[in-house]
Amino acid sequence: MGYPHSHDLETTTLLSRYIGDPEAKTLRGWSERRGYETLRKALEMSPEDITTIVKDSGLRGRGGAGFPTGLKWTFMPNDSGKPHYLCCNADESEPGAFKDREIMRWTPHLLIEGCMISARAIGAEHVYIYVRGEFFPVSRVLNEAVVEAYEAGYIGENIQGSGWSCDLTVHLGAGAYIAGEETGLMNSIQGNRAEPWMKPPFPAQSGVFGMPTTVNNVETLATVPMIVDNGSAWYRQWGTERSPGTKLWCCSGHLKRPGNYELELGIPLKDVIYDVCGGIPDDRGLRAVIPGGSSTAFLTADELDCSTTYEGLAEAGSALGTASPIVMDESTCLLRAMRRIAQFYAHESCGQCVQCREGTSWVTKILRRIEEGGGRMQDLDTLYELCEQLTGRTICVLADSVVFPLRSSLDKFRDEYEAHIKTNSCTAK
Amino acid sequence: MSRDLHPAVAGAQAFQRAEREHIEGPIFETAEGRDRLGKILTRYPVKRGALLPLLHFVQEKKGWISADDMVEVAAVLDLTPACVRSVATFYTMYNKHPVGRHLVQVCTCISCHLHDGEAVLERFLQETGTREGETSEDGKFTVIEAECLGACGFATAVQVNDEYYENVTPETVPEIVEELRNR
Repeated sequence: MGYPHSHDLETTTLLSRYIGDPEAKTLRGWSERRGYETLRKALEMSPEDITTIVKDSGLRGRGGAGFPTGLKWTFMPNDSGKPHYLCCNADESEPGAFKDREIMRWTPHLLIEGCMISARAIGAEHVYIYVRGEFFPVSRVLNEAVVEAYEAGYIGENIQGSGWSCDLTVHLGAGAYIAGEETGLMNSIQGNRAEPWMKPPFPAQSGVFGMPTTVNNVETLATVPMIVDNGSAWYRQWGTERSPGTKLWCCSGHLKRPGNYELELGIPLKDVIYDVCGGIPDDRGLRAVIPGGSSTAFLTADELDCSTTYEGLAEAGSALGTASPIVMDESTCLLRAMRRIAQFYAHESCGQCVQCREGTSWVTKILRRIEEGGGRMQDLDTLYELCEQLTGRTICVLADSVVFPLRSSLDKFRDEYEAHIKTNSCTAK
Repeated sequence: MSRDLHPAVAGAQAFQRAEREHIEGPIFETAEGRDRLGKILTRYPVKRGALLPLLHFVQEKKGWISADDMVEVAAVLDLTPACVRSVATFYTMYNKHPVGRHLVQVCTCISCHLHDGEAVLERFLQETGTREGETSEDGKFTVIEAECLGACGFATAVQVNDEYYENVTPETVPEIVEELRNR
């Protein structure tokens, strides 16, 4: 597996401090790095106090949607009398994203510590870490860490003599993008096909096994310990009012230095591409970038001044998503790139909703026909019509996810589509 | 080794090794099968929760999951065979047919596409002398196209059994194939 680049001046290494440090993987090494001290501290705090700190820190979910984490925790009932569950979403599968695997394979104990602190906050009795099945090298590291943490009494019965008990299980997925959707993930843990279910009921009322559940992303949970340790004001010294803190970036595509970088939220997208990642190989021009993973809208070279915050990228007409810019240089055929993205969603649609199952597949077929020289001008209207039909009509947002890149590419790169249709040529250089 | 497995990770041992042993027949009647089943069942409040881990276990031991295996898994979890089949066929990682000793999965999704993922796939097919999804005559290779493997910054990403190869280019493919062939 890849190795992170050496830290640049622009990076702020809070979460990624020990990424690349082989000693940090073991319990011994982790303990020497103040490991599990925050868990011990949290065991002396009330669950409400932990939740309040995280809520005040403004930490937003790092899985893509950006929902405030502390607020999500407050949705868990106080007196249901039912078992509570925490599911850690480690099904990292958004094309463009490759950050959670770095956290897990370099600092597995950080994730476990974050899981246990968060489990305490929501009163969970069992944590499931749902790791995508393909991540064998990651799950091997994580498994070892889990066993070590059990043996050292950081998981299990009467944790560190606190009287509080909580189990943790590593659950492997088996190759389904849709298992990264929270209800699909819970269905998969229950032994079903990873088909999302309608909300409401929300997971906090009826989640995995019908019990109150919180689902958080790996990066979110791994950020919790430092916030609980240092306080919410400390965390807010980075980022903006509405997007505090730092974020692990996953930069891919045509870049001189692709890879993972931890950056303070709010620096211009342009700087991420040109300073942090060194720009485009051979200094070719930039044609397009998808800033937040494949389910976010395309931005053009003229739109890179936006700030890399949840609100900044939303204003620019796209989304921060998983902070995974996919950069395409001027030689990229955007029609092909879009077809490749659509093909992914067609493959990964779970098939429950007709609009998604049929729509994603038709988008792919139409794009492929245009690519092969058989396009007609009315195909563009049909694609827009499909965008309408795929938006907001399905159980989950997989269908909407293909619309963001599709509609934006039709709006912004219409010349590309027309060139293919009219003259079977491409506008890429 | 499995006797010492911690229950917390007993269901997460899935791997596809080149040197895997091929076990025939019922698997949950073996000592290891009983041990693994017992441990996995303690981790879920309902039996059905153990379904994915048990399917992984079958594949770990047999390399693929046959209709008979599905019937056995159904029996130990009190499910119908149809129910197990509906789950096993939903997930792409469960092999419903035997695969070669090296299952090569080449990512051609967007970031790898931008780095010639399709050409890497082509080269693997060429070097192993197979067609996509088929197993080579010597039984050593099955090459398939994969959707995003989650290694986008290190394109093109290729997964061979339980290992990742990164920054693969069409030029480096022959070397990888040669090394795998000699294992």
